[in-house]
Amino acid sequence: MRILIVGGGTGGTILANQLVRRLKDEIRAKKVRITLLSDSDRHMYQPGLLYVAFGQMAPDQLYRDEASLLESSIKFHVDAVTEFHLDRNQVKTKSGKTHDYDILAIATGARIVPQEVPGMSEGAETFYTEEGAIRMHKRLMEFKGGTVAMVVSIPHKCPVAPVEAMFMLHDFFKMRGIRDKVKLQYKYPVNHVHATANVARWAKPEFDKAGIEYETLFNVREVDPVKKIVYSEEGTECKYDLLIAIPPHRGMEMIEANNLGQGGWIPTDRFKLTMDGHENVYVIGDASNVPVSKTGSAAHFEAEIVAENIASVIKTGVPVREYDGKVYCFIEAGYDRATYNAFDYVNLPELKPPSKAIHWFKVAYNQLYWTTVRGLL
Amino acid sequence: MSESKIIDARNTFCPGPLMELITYMKQANVGDTLELLSTDDGSAADVPEWIHKVGHEMVSSEKIEETWHIKVRKIK
Ligand SMILES: Cc1cc2nc3c(=O)[nH]c(=O)nc-3n(C[C@H](O)[C@H](O)[C@H](O)COP(=O)(O)OP(=O)(O)OC[C@H]3O[C@@H](n4cnc5c(N)ncnc54)[C@H](O)[C@@H]3O)c2cc1C
Repeated sequence: MRILIVGGGTGGTILANQLVRRLKDEIRAKKVRITLLSDSDRHMYQPGLLYVAFGQMAPDQLYRDEASLLESSIKFHVDAVTEFHLDRNQVKTKSGKTHDYDILAIATGARIVPQEVPGMSEGAETFYTEEGAIRMHKRLMEFKGGTVAMVVSIPHKCPVAPVEAMFMLHDFFKMRGIRDKVKLQYKYPVNHVHATANVARWAKPEFDKAGIEYETLFNVREVDPVKKIVYSEEGTECKYDLLIAIPPHRGMEMIEANNLGQGGWIPTDRFKLTMDGHENVYVIGDASNVPVSKTGSAAHFEAEIVAENIASVIKTGVPVREYDGKVYCFIEAGYDRATYNAFDYVNLPELKPPSKAIHWFKVAYNQLYWTTVRGLL
Repeated sequence: MSESKIIDARNTFCPGPLMELITYMKQANVGDTLELLSTDDGSAADVPEWIHKVGHEMVSSEKIEETWHIKVRKIK
């Protein structure tokens, strides 16, 4: 049985390691072989980018060598997949190799496409890339006063990141002693300050308390970097001195090029996590079109379910569990307080009041992540 | 009449039905009809509010058993 995993990020790495744990004997007996293909030899802890933007983490703290995170029996190659031939159970890679599989798991993540909004690349800062987060920190340190606006494009990964960034901006300028010189403006695409109702109910009064102004139903249409104005699809505009954008996202280019899904999002059964029409192809994490937030947390829970099901199918012929839409996200409420959101497809409990303890747990998790991706937590 | 693309946002909270609809509206062609399925009663008010503000067209909205079926057309 040849299991091929494409993508060595959060989902792909957890899946590979969990499979090894569950299929030790089969691997030793050479009945199962696990191969992981990724386009990078490094693994980035993406949530750390938010801290880099505020000078609380150094960029090199975000990385580990992917090989160091993998069980030794996993055959790991840095060789990007360029073609999927699902009808022949084959993929082709950049180096020209062909890999055959019995079971395929796609976990190639998502990419930002600021170029799809005119003027966004030139006019806005973003903390969704390493380079962007470093530049944003520099801009924040240089900022002397005026309007800082945040615009949020659809779709995007980590839906709580814009809210967290607003609270961190508030504390950042307070600590620099210039909060009274800074107007914080938050522009959000749907009718509430957050797409998830419980987060919106919690964040709105917290924004009011912190003096953060907000406008809803603001979908970014265009940025004019010269006049420093951002325009919405809905016909409104906002003048800014510093613009921070959550850029729109797409799935990976080669997913689109191989016609695996519109926008690069692969049509996936939200419970079984198999690609529509392909029972031996699983899709986990940001790459799927499953209607849950694109988060490392969702990728993690999905990887666990898929590992359990693949192992069970190999051992007994039947899968054991379905994905229930579980997501658990920390939400920083500033520099020293945090809360969390835990929900699934049918349950959405109210948020707990933020506390220092939850903030410190998040800080600890920034390190514990490396234990998680090894499949140990 | 051309078939509409179905967006199944039943029983999901995050990113939520309106965000799902906006995502698919961006990918659609002008003139396309999209049908959003939502079990969130808020969608019945939230979707028309956005559609009117942005200038697309509401085609229909009805609740069948527990599910809202909201049809919209991309105009620009
Ligand atoms: C600023 C920021 C803050 C965030 N904060 C949080 C948070 O607090 N909590 C949370 O849960 N999530 C958070 N996230 C989201 C989280 O990081 C992602 O949702 C998560 O990494 C998705 O995992 P994945 O496995 O789907 O994709 P990724 O982790 O992105 O991995 C994709 C992998 O595929 C590889 N790949 C791509 N193309 C190819 C190819 N052609 N061939 C082979 N390999 C390929 C890439 O190199 C990469 O290794 C945050 C993200 C950002 C940007």
